[in-house]
Amino acid sequence: MDWTYIQGILMLAGINLIAVLGLSLLTGFTGLFSFGHAGFMAIGAYVGAWISASPTSTPAGMGLPFILAIVGGGAAAGVVSYFIGRISLNLKGDYFCIATLGFGEAIRLIFNNVNRFGGARGWPGVPSNSTFLTILIADVVAVLFLANLVKSRHGRNMIAVREEELAAQIAGIDVFRSKMTSLVISAVYAGVAGVFFAHYMTFIQPKMFSLTKSTELTIIVIFGGLGSISGSVLGALVLTALPEILRAFEIWRLVFYGAAVILIMVSRPKGLMGGLELTPSGIRKWTAERNALRQAKATLLAEDSGRKED
Amino acid sequence: MAAILQIRDLTKQFGGLTAVDAVSFGVPEGGIVGLIGPNGAGKTTIFNLITGIYKPTSGSIEYRSKSIVGLQPFRIADMGITRTFQNIRLFKNLSVFDNVLTACHLSANYSFAEAILRLPRFRAQEKRLMAKAEELLSIMNLLDYRDLIANNLPYGLQRRLEIVRALALDPSLLLLDEPAAGMNPDETEQLMRLIVRIRDDFGLSVLVIEHHMDLIMGVCEHIVVLNFGEKIAEGSADEVSKNAQVIEAYLGTSEEAADA
Repeated sequence: MDWTYIQGILMLAGINLIAVLGLSLLTGFTGLFSFGHAGFMAIGAYVGAWISASPTSTPAGMGLPFILAIVGGGAAAGVVSYFIGRISLNLKGDYFCIATLGFGEAIRLIFNNVNRFGGARGWPGVPSNSTFLTILIADVVAVLFLANLVKSRHGRNMIAVREEELAAQIAGIDVFRSKMTSLVISAVYAGVAGVFFAHYMTFIQPKMFSLTKSTELTIIVIFGGLGSISGSVLGALVLTALPEILRAFEIWRLVFYGAAVILIMVSRPKGLMGGLELTPSGIRKWTAERNALRQAKATLLAEDSGRKED
Repeated sequence: MAAILQIRDLTKQFGGLTAVDAVSFGVPEGGIVGLIGPNGAGKTTIFNLITGIYKPTSGSIEYRSKSIVGLQPFRIADMGITRTFQNIRLFKNLSVFDNVLTACHLSANYSFAEAILRLPRFRAQEKRLMAKAEELLSIMNLLDYRDLIANNLPYGLQRRLEIVRALALDPSLLLLDEPAAGMNPDETEQLMRLIVRIRDDFGLSVLVIEHHMDLIMGVCEHIVVLNFGEKIAEGSADEVSKNAQVIEAYLGTSEEAADA
């Protein structure tokens, strides 16, 4: 194995990670499941390609700098998600999930039929702008923004919505707005991931953004552990690399992939990290919670035996 | 005394069932009012109507002389009305501290960008929120359990935590839905003192639903009695407990029951 090969896998994992972090906010922190995030990736990928592809290529782009493609792709996905949210976020639980599934497929089919963007044949002329460094920078920024967000009142409101929607409302939290913010941010993340993906592959095609891609993202979030950013990072690394490691099994590769996911989920039902964070403050919190539980048990036992003696 | 909450001819129908039928009563500023009645009398429905979870079929609800009918629950909470639930609804997987900290959010107004970039205003306000949550826990004797996951808290303390979370919103009117449910006489006694104390310390008005008659008779200055969605009596503890209709609703009409 040479470094270019490993680097390629890491870049793919890094791109997946951006989308996974977005989905982690929506699913892990706000409690909304989505099976349509590949749709937001597609929007980001196509808008990004349109902005940065050269005007002489077919289909023609605008030939603008990569940074504008990132901003434009992310913003486009965010705007679309706002309208999707307006009509679907009032749906309860599973019904929202079904709506996102429909949305993801609809987006794929739209791009399949828009000849301006190459239709089903795809768009071959995307510049190769995604480098190891740009992806790394994007990942670091994405992780920092998300970590700061979930530790603020805005993030806590989203967590409250996940925990107990009715109680969140009574605590003065605008549940709809919290869900909407979470959805838009997660769509922007997915859109940006789509831009990097397009500029990594240099060729995009609607079928790259199928339901399988959406499912893969959701699997990574759950595999890493709902409500854990470190879990999403680990999940994206492990599950993007796993199919490559399993290449030796040739046609049995995906069978082993499935078996490995099942094995880990059975042994760690709450995912790799189970809501914990691998940071100094996360570990401190974890130990404090464990100590508190031990102490509470001891106090209750003492009270109980005290009562018996009475 | 001026009424902080005034309900007039409040009616709620679910299809053909009239759960609340033309009920009127008020909660005076700084008062503790009890809402009692047999199961299914419509008490919790009235709480759901006041907090905006249900929309009334007809009638008015005025808070500080302003109608709150049709407002979203979070707006009503923002205005200063908050409640606890009969079947406790905590943020179960969060620590005791985080439960209260989350509910403190109305005391901060830093923006999204300020949070993501950790600007000075964000840090200053967060520090204040944490101090506030800590202080509330300490006033309510829950500081020892600060880091415990709410779900692991003993039952009685979960009820208390729900009250603390409500207090974190700096409410003016607190609605308690059967706060003593499942508590032994000792704990009920403690809770009574607690209700009076928070009314005095936080300058609140309280409306409480309860089945424990000692609690109702002990702390409520005014009692409203419901039966089958209708108000059948209202008055002080003494007046209500002598009311023939109330005795009938609770104990039936047979002679042995009346003697008991």
